[in-house]
Amino acid sequence: MSAAILVLVEHLKGTLADITFEMLGVGRQIAAAQGGQVHAVLLGKDVNALAARLGAADSVLLADEPNLEQPSAEVIVPLLQQLMAQKQASLVLLGGTNASFGLGGQLSARMKVPFVNFCKGARVEGGSLVLTSQLFGGKILSDVKLADGKGIVSVYPGAFPAEAGRSDKTPPVEKVAVPPGSPKVVFKRFVEPDTSDVDITKQSVLVAVGRGIQSQDNVQLAEELAQSLGGVVCASRPVIDQGWLPLSRQVGKSGMTVKPRLYLAFGISGAPEHWDGMQSSECIISVNTDPKAPIFDGSHYGVVGDAVELIPLLTDRIKAKKG
Amino acid sequence: MNLIVLLKMVPDTVEELNVASDGKSLDSEYLRFKLNDPDEHALEEALLLKERVGGKVTVVALDAPEVDDVLFMALAKGADRAVKIPADQASLGTVATARMFATFLASGGGQITPDTLVLPGSQAIDDLEGEVAAYLGEALSLPYVGVVSSVSPVNGKVVVLKEFSGGMRGEYEVTLPAVLGIQSAEKPPRYVPVAKVRAVMKSAKIETADIAPPELAKALVVERMYKPEAAGRAQMLEGTPEDIAARIAGLLTERGII
Repeated sequence: MSAAILVLVEHLKGTLADITFEMLGVGRQIAAAQGGQVHAVLLGKDVNALAARLGAADSVLLADEPNLEQPSAEVIVPLLQQLMAQKQASLVLLGGTNASFGLGGQLSARMKVPFVNFCKGARVEGGSLVLTSQLFGGKILSDVKLADGKGIVSVYPGAFPAEAGRSDKTPPVEKVAVPPGSPKVVFKRFVEPDTSDVDITKQSVLVAVGRGIQSQDNVQLAEELAQSLGGVVCASRPVIDQGWLPLSRQVGKSGMTVKPRLYLAFGISGAPEHWDGMQSSECIISVNTDPKAPIFDGSHYGVVGDAVELIPLLTDRIKAKKG
Repeated sequence: MNLIVLLKMVPDTVEELNVASDGKSLDSEYLRFKLNDPDEHALEEALLLKERVGGKVTVVALDAPEVDDVLFMALAKGADRAVKIPADQASLGTVATARMFATFLASGGGQITPDTLVLPGSQAIDDLEGEVAAYLGEALSLPYVGVVSSVSPVNGKVVVLKEFSGGMRGEYEVTLPAVLGIQSAEKPPRYVPVAKVRAVMKSAKIETADIAPPELAKALVVERMYKPEAAGRAQMLEGTPEDIAARIAGLLTERGII
């Protein structure tokens, strides 16, 4: 079977996101096994210059219009629908990111093809495409087969190598028109993160706290430890949602991506949304009461124990060492 | 406003999850269920909107273990009406679930008025087939935005903030009625004392809405479910907490951090 694959290009403020290249890479891999072409769908405002960097695709389908800044699903979905029909595409690859969130479900409902979420692996087996999804906060993997090869796939960020989707070739560009409509969801503006707080992406030592820290008072213990190390405190989503620390301290999918020399993780289980934001730290030391917490799989050092008990002991040790 | 919150029970991932003997589903024997985190935030956002602009909050859920407790908890927090659809959530995929909610909302049960906001949580950890919110928007032909963390009514519309990455958020204006997938409420979900929930259990009732599951095969066929093999494993530090503190301090010294 050889049918086309569409890749919805992601970009923010004039820069192509890594997920774009990751999707092009996996698209190329599937096309190599099954035949067919890979088309990059690029839409936005003032984005035509980005097309030249999408050489891993066989062609770029471009819609560059003033009213296409951060378009909503009701604009993107009909366009993808139209392109699927025109290009006889069997697969559409979307980023498993907040930016593309929800598009897959709507497109799948309209095209009556299945949607596969959280995709971390793809292989062709006996002529069928088998996709691996990550479920239940990273604790379970699920293999699903697309019987007739048709599907909409949400590609998990960081799961496939971006290098495989980069190329120096200049792809042919084909202009496409967005179907007319009067959107009921209209983009107004970006709200930038608060910059009055410290920038956690620039710290070399981060003391991170998660649900296991239990209370706001205990966040103060982590503050004292961070101070003794010359670092700052950051957190996973549940702590931010509780209002114990400001949004500017959030690490993970919606928050910041950090790469400190030292990441001390206290009471963080290591859900994929958090792991995405800190996996490149030089040294990760994790403390969690659950010996099976996924965070231990990627950490350099691990401690099964109570963070609240350990933090003050560690602070005392460090203060003593520093004299 | 007419605020309709959809609640879903999901396996608590704090507990260990095991694959059943068929190799294609979760072993339900030791599963513990909890309310999906974003759904708890959706309820909170609805209660905040009710406090701000007035209206009525209806919570709706399919049948699942411990769901009655969650519906009573929602009433105790300030929801006006709780409805249970007696169909087993576990046997339905996301698409069928969305269809059932759509049928409920389109029937007399839900009533989509011009000031209706349907508020599911943005997503759930078992959303293999995608998010209920997106399918629901499609089934009801209503506008939809997901990953929402703030909702403000302005001139008969709502202005919402959708999360992107790196702490960036996008502001969108949405015409009502609409479906908004809530990621987090503007305030932490409120706490309600157990005594209050117990009192509500005595005084309030959960309504039942009988809706037939759609004739719809699951869109995706699961070939195999399994636990991931760890790519690596941390070197585990053991001993008394004092010993461990000393070991970590030693490691930090070796690495020149202190």
